[in-house]
Amino acid sequence: MEYLYHLAVLFTIYAGLAISLDLIVGYTGLLSVTHAAFYGFGAYSTAILMTRYGFNFFVSVGVGVLVSMVLALLIGYVLSRFKDDYYALVSFGFNIIVFSIFLNWQDLTRGPLGIPGIGKPELFGFAFSSTLEFLGLAVVLMSLVYSVARFIVNSSFGRVLKAIREDEKAISVFGYDTKTYKLVIFVISAGMAAIAGSLFASYITFIDPSTFTLNESIFILAMIILGGLSNIRGAVLGALFLILLPEALRFVGFPTDIAAQMRQVVYGALLIGLMLYRPQGMMGEFKL
Amino acid sequence: MSQNYALKTHSLTKQFETVRAVHNLSIHFEVGKITGVIGPNGSGKSTLVNLLTGLVPHTAGEIIVAGKVGLKKVSSKDMTVYGITRTFQEVRLFEQMTVLDNILVVTTCRGWFKGIFEKHGTYHLAIAEKVLHRVGIWKFRDKLAVNLSYGQRKLLEIARVLAMREIGSAQIVFFDEPYAGLFPEMVKLVSEIMKELRSEGATVVLIEHNMDLIRELSDRVIVMDSGELLAEGEVAEVLGRKDVVEAYLGE
Repeated sequence: MEYLYHLAVLFTIYAGLAISLDLIVGYTGLLSVTHAAFYGFGAYSTAILMTRYGFNFFVSVGVGVLVSMVLALLIGYVLSRFKDDYYALVSFGFNIIVFSIFLNWQDLTRGPLGIPGIGKPELFGFAFSSTLEFLGLAVVLMSLVYSVARFIVNSSFGRVLKAIREDEKAISVFGYDTKTYKLVIFVISAGMAAIAGSLFASYITFIDPSTFTLNESIFILAMIILGGLSNIRGAVLGALFLILLPEALRFVGFPTDIAAQMRQVVYGALLIGLMLYRPQGMMGEFKL
Repeated sequence: MSQNYALKTHSLTKQFETVRAVHNLSIHFEVGKITGVIGPNGSGKSTLVNLLTGLVPHTAGEIIVAGKVGLKKVSSKDMTVYGITRTFQEVRLFEQMTVLDNILVVTTCRGWFKGIFEKHGTYHLAIAEKVLHRVGIWKFRDKLAVNLSYGQRKLLEIARVLAMREIGSAQIVFFDEPYAGLFPEMVKLVSEIMKELRSEGATVVLIEHNMDLIRELSDRVIVMDSGELLAEGEVAEVLGRKDVVEAYLGE
């Protein structure tokens, strides 16, 4: 049972990451491969503030979101000069830079040693220390992310994002300042990813740079492509699918020690199959 | 030159790397009239529209919107503020969005912050219903734009311009070859719409190859050749000129 709760926490965190990335990739059509960077900003902010300065978890989440959004403003500003394949490549580059900073700014992040002993969230004397309690908190925070995302995509703003995805020049002719729209959604999405990062840091109690690599960004991207772009529920479904996949593989008889590696192979194969037979993903509205 | 212009250019020039698409062009479009723009392929007509709608920056010269100073630099966002809108020669729709959303998206507010807290309401829907009915594609409102026929796609673009007019952002409308590929009954509909716009006092610019349509609709005509102004004036007079016939009609 405990293990199920553990999976549920992981799923909840990844669902938040997938939802927030879908706002950029699925709705706005910007192929960003740097989401793990913002996930990392949240995680590191929380880890550093809690272990070194004794911050409360909830305050550190707030700071983490802020840090991530400010950095997203800078990164997003540079990215807004690119489009299509170049956008993907440049975002790719940012993930590598951020990873190197996590790895090499040892005074701040302790580099490859990582930051251990991150505390559990506490609120008015109540500690979310058991997995089930933590799951409750994670579900609440990620439901918030889910609701905000739904609110945004159903708004007039959200419709303009889709139009930018379809034809940025055409929508700009009708008077929309598309650069600002792209930047705003990028920053909002980064804030959401930071919440997921804070949860992750506090849940696992230890973080090191290896969690925030390009691979992680691609993993999150795979979730939303699988679940279906431009569909918030699809993003959640994609996260569920890829989190449960290694477990399923274990059930069908793969030895535990190769299940993790098999995950890579199987989700690679799945993606290829999906692109061949259903390019819009399981629930998607939009083909990349 | 008439003082009653809606939009005017002064020595407008666009130099692409090696090609001079528009050169030293000084023209004007009169308020409440349909101005036809004709010229052989590659004469710079579409580039002119791209310049005047801010899609492409011009290299030199000025664009003068009535009552405003000469603009050395224009963005498409500004041009909407000045009430300039357009259709595209190669239809540009928001393909993987519904027909309804293609209209709604141009009717909602322009600021991002307000936009997050705005949902389309009866006001926006009423506009969409009106303009989609006008071009006869309201029944396809829930279809994705990508699934429309070619003619319906052209009509959706025109509906989008009408929606801009409903929100008060289309005093000057450029139609870049709106008739290409349309069935006769659709041609009739588009002509009706253009005359309606004129009778409402809008300034209409029609880029078109079909001389019968130009004669039927235009009050004035501008002839371009190799990015330069070849002739302008009353339709009958200009189309009767020998050099115009040679450059364009003679072939």
